[in-house]
Amino acid sequence: MSGADSDPLKHTPLYPLHVELGARMAPFAGYEMPVHYGQHIITEHLFTRAQAGLFDLSHMGQIRLEGANPAAALETLVPGDIAGLEPYKTRYTLFTNEDGGILDDLMVTNAGDHLFLVVNAACTAQDIAHMTARLDGNLRVRELSDRALLALQGPAAAEVLARFAPGCRDTVFLTAAELIIDGTPCFVTRCGYTGEDGFEISTPADDAVRIARLLLDQPEVRPAGLGARDSLRLEAGFCLYGHDIDASTTPVEAGLAWTIPRRRRAEGGFPGAEVILRQLANGVERKRVGIRPGGRAPARAHTEIQDPDGNKVGEITSGGFGPTVGGPIAMGYVAARVAAKGSALRLMLRGTPRPARVAALPFVEPRYYEAHTTEAHTTEAHVAALPSVKPRRYRG
Amino acid sequence: MSTLRYTEEHEWIRMDDDIGTVGISDFAQEQLGDVVYVEPPEVGKTVARFAEVAVIESVKAASEVRAPVSGEVVEVNEALNDNPELVNSSPIGDGWFFKLRISDLSELDDLMDEAAYKTYVEGLG
Repeated sequence: MSGADSDPLKHTPLYPLHVELGARMAPFAGYEMPVHYGQHIITEHLFTRAQAGLFDLSHMGQIRLEGANPAAALETLVPGDIAGLEPYKTRYTLFTNEDGGILDDLMVTNAGDHLFLVVNAACTAQDIAHMTARLDGNLRVRELSDRALLALQGPAAAEVLARFAPGCRDTVFLTAAELIIDGTPCFVTRCGYTGEDGFEISTPADDAVRIARLLLDQPEVRPAGLGARDSLRLEAGFCLYGHDIDASTTPVEAGLAWTIPRRRRAEGGFPGAEVILRQLANGVERKRVGIRPGGRAPARAHTEIQDPDGNKVGEITSGGFGPTVGGPIAMGYVAARVAAKGSALRLMLRGTPRPARVAALPFVEPRYYEAHTTEAHTTEAHVAALPSVKPRRYRG
Repeated sequence: MSTLRYTEEHEWIRMDDDIGTVGISDFAQEQLGDVVYVEPPEVGKTVARFAEVAVIESVKAASEVRAPVSGEVVEVNEALNDNPELVNSSPIGDGWFFKLRISDLSELDDLMDEAAYKTYVEGLG
């Protein structure tokens, strides 16, 4: 995980731009990162849902896995379908441990002759050590520390990016392309962590500020910080590693069993398969659920969850105010007997029980661009064509 | 007298006879960011000096509002139930939290006046 508190905070290539834009900076995963940019967090959140927000994700780990059949090798560490990932397709998956716990969640793209991985900042060093130790010597694990990562998220993202890279119009949700932006080759993946259409743009570190400025100069784009990123992902129902999932939670408990396709369930061969396959067959004692607190008081992480009789049934793992929802939202783990949508719960807020209910995730319907039609939408046919991945649930 | 006095925790109190109106400073609301919920105290409650009286939740975090002086809560700002953002838009006006009937006026002498508070905040730079 991240280094000791005494370590000096690292800066991303966009740090000078954050300072210039008046960002309020805070430590996050060993980096000094922008929380918001002078405006309020709610404004950045709503602007991203209305037009487009530009986020700095350069703290996240970008890793190249290359060598002989990296997909087959990676499948020994994750329960997802990587071997079946077609060129320039992207997928959400999990590093699991021998107990079935989650070591990290990540995006994997088949980049032709190698795999391109994006992992959580706080887990990058651990993930690289894990892969290096567990994969055989014919594979190379290389951190792309000379690259920055920008996320352009929101309904205007495609229109904006197409001004510089018309080829982005040929991508759909969870596909990638090598695009030239202002003369610079970039690796662009149509994905995100907001529930909106959008792109994650991997650029050479030295070009990141210039490309970010180019995008910010567009009238539909404003910078957005980690504050808005967190409320957007919570509304979209995505897990935050270290909060909603960690080494003590399994994919089945976390509601991420959809990332494990039929073939992997039949073949096993990933860390913790015994535990995870048993849970898939027999069920689990606790589940991650969405929670709507009654009233207006937000319920934060670690808030105790009780059943209506006052028995402890779990704990909030992420919670706050959902600007698009217009009220408090949360997620957490509860005993399976109270995990059904609509189940009544009590949240212990400052010693006082407050009513709440289990709610469906996501809180806000996603608006991904999933086909070459005039608008972003989800169709039954498209979901049926992707039996192993429900596109609405994934994190980038 | 309508001058404000401040605590080191960024509450202000404005006196009108023996009734003091309490809120948080512009600096505090700026630090908190978007306020989304305020939990008021009960009217009639007796509170000790510096006791936690109300809770304020912003998008970022929860924090407490303390009584700058001891007294009895005689009124709470009902407008904050539906419009907690008044704390951001009008921190020393419509965004007040509660009113206290002060039990010991001499406690006010321990608080900062506007000039002292301004210097104090600058020192937090």
